[in-house]
Amino acid sequence: MAPEHTTTTRLQKLKHFIQYIALSGVVIAVWQGLSELGYIKPIILPPPSRVALTFRDLLLSGDLPRHLGMSILRVLEGFGIAALLGLGLGVAIGLSRTLDRISDLIIQVVKPIPPIAWIPLAILWFGIGEQSKVYIIFLGAFFPIIINTTDGIRQTDHKFVEVARILAVPRCKFVRQVVLPGALPAIMTGLRVGLMVAWMCVVAAELITASSGIGYLIMDARQLSQSDVVLVGMITIGVIGKLMDSLIRRLEKRLISWKIAFAGN
Amino acid sequence: MSVARSAGNLIIESLNKSYKVESGEVNALQGIDLTIGEGEFVSIVGSSGCGKSTLLRIIAGLENGYSGEARIGGKRIAGPGLDRGMVFQEHRLIPWLTVEQNVAFGLNGLESGRSDTVVREHLELVGLANFARALPHQLSGGMSQRVAIARALVNNPQLLLLDEPFGSLDALTRIQMQQEILRIWEVERTTMVLVTHDIDEAIFLGDRVVVMSSRPGTIKKIVPVQLPRPRDRSSYDFVQIRKEIYTEFFAEAERPFAYAI
Repeated sequence: MAPEHTTTTRLQKLKHFIQYIALSGVVIAVWQGLSELGYIKPIILPPPSRVALTFRDLLLSGDLPRHLGMSILRVLEGFGIAALLGLGLGVAIGLSRTLDRISDLIIQVVKPIPPIAWIPLAILWFGIGEQSKVYIIFLGAFFPIIINTTDGIRQTDHKFVEVARILAVPRCKFVRQVVLPGALPAIMTGLRVGLMVAWMCVVAAELITASSGIGYLIMDARQLSQSDVVLVGMITIGVIGKLMDSLIRRLEKRLISWKIAFAGN
Repeated sequence: MSVARSAGNLIIESLNKSYKVESGEVNALQGIDLTIGEGEFVSIVGSSGCGKSTLLRIIAGLENGYSGEARIGGKRIAGPGLDRGMVFQEHRLIPWLTVEQNVAFGLNGLESGRSDTVVREHLELVGLANFARALPHQLSGGMSQRVAIARALVNNPQLLLLDEPFGSLDALTRIQMQQEILRIWEVERTTMVLVTHDIDEAIFLGDRVVVMSSRPGTIKKIVPVQLPRPRDRSSYDFVQIRKEIYTEFFAEAERPFAYAI
């Protein structure tokens, strides 16, 4: 009974994995096929095989790891500051109606301004060095984090508030044991979205002013018409973004296992 | 048998409660007079919307603003207090806290060593000492409600308010829980006020059954249940009391049929 069960799940898993990668595989195959048949000019869109070779060369020469490392470092700095400030302020605003009223207008007005629009000012304030890039990344990550944190705290179930009132639970114990854990799913969503936006912003910032980073790699290749290098840069951005997201999802699963078990029933 | 004494610890006198709605005011409760003695078990029955839950929430201190008097131990009720515990229809356990953490949630101001003991005692009282480390989603409906009862009792309140606590349980579990709450009442001697729409449950548990009618919510009748416990639901006296209460409810509704004949 038991081994049979295991094989079915294993087969199922394999099936799911094939479904997961099938579409990407087809896209690459069609792309390669059309290139081989001469329908796509290599100068406009180099075939996957060419991109793979360029990837290998850039990896072995150490250029790709160096640029990637630089970009990731910037993201970690900007995202780290955004997470610290976003969580702190988000919790404070979520808990205080007054603070919410005071800060709401400015948050709502500054939020829709795309981080890229800040680049001219960022360069004036911080120069073209690291600080301006970190600032752009910070701006991108900050708003999703603070807004989701505030929302998560606001969503505290009124029923638990009543229970706490009946039992005369002190406010700080209520916040620690009910409000914050309850807001955790929303906070994790904020961090995930924030990290994603941060990653998109680092590339945007590097496209304009940088001498290193994935965005610089793409921009430099553009000037030399190396479309294969451009593609390597683009795909790397996509893959790293996906990996970051998976990482946070895994962390999320561990932190809020009660909720997953809850939804599973 | 504990019957209402003159120095009863919950006194409600000509209590009114109204809500503002768009078209004016709705009287939820009107002219409620009720005295509940120490250690008494009082059931309140009524159809939905009769204000029975509102009455309980006023006693709990969760509703602000009422006219008339509601005093507990001589003091006017102006908010929740540790002298009152409450069990809601949904268990309202906090899903990420274990059973023992949920019970300890209600326990404040005790040093930790002492509070562990109190939590264990209360889990033993509801028969769930082996589930201390479980999370709420691992428990059945009846077990969750037992934890909620333990949590409500952990501060040793004088008065336990039960707002349709077994309403969402299946029939068999409900009967089990009724016996369970009776056992706890006999051990703890806490005054209990139970709101329910189940007439059998009201009679099975209460020293008195308060029958309420709706719009506006008033007390129609108070039926004493002077039967020894444990009560037999199919005994003659039980059935007579049930009939008496049924008549209170369906007197109005059945009149049209009488005309038809």
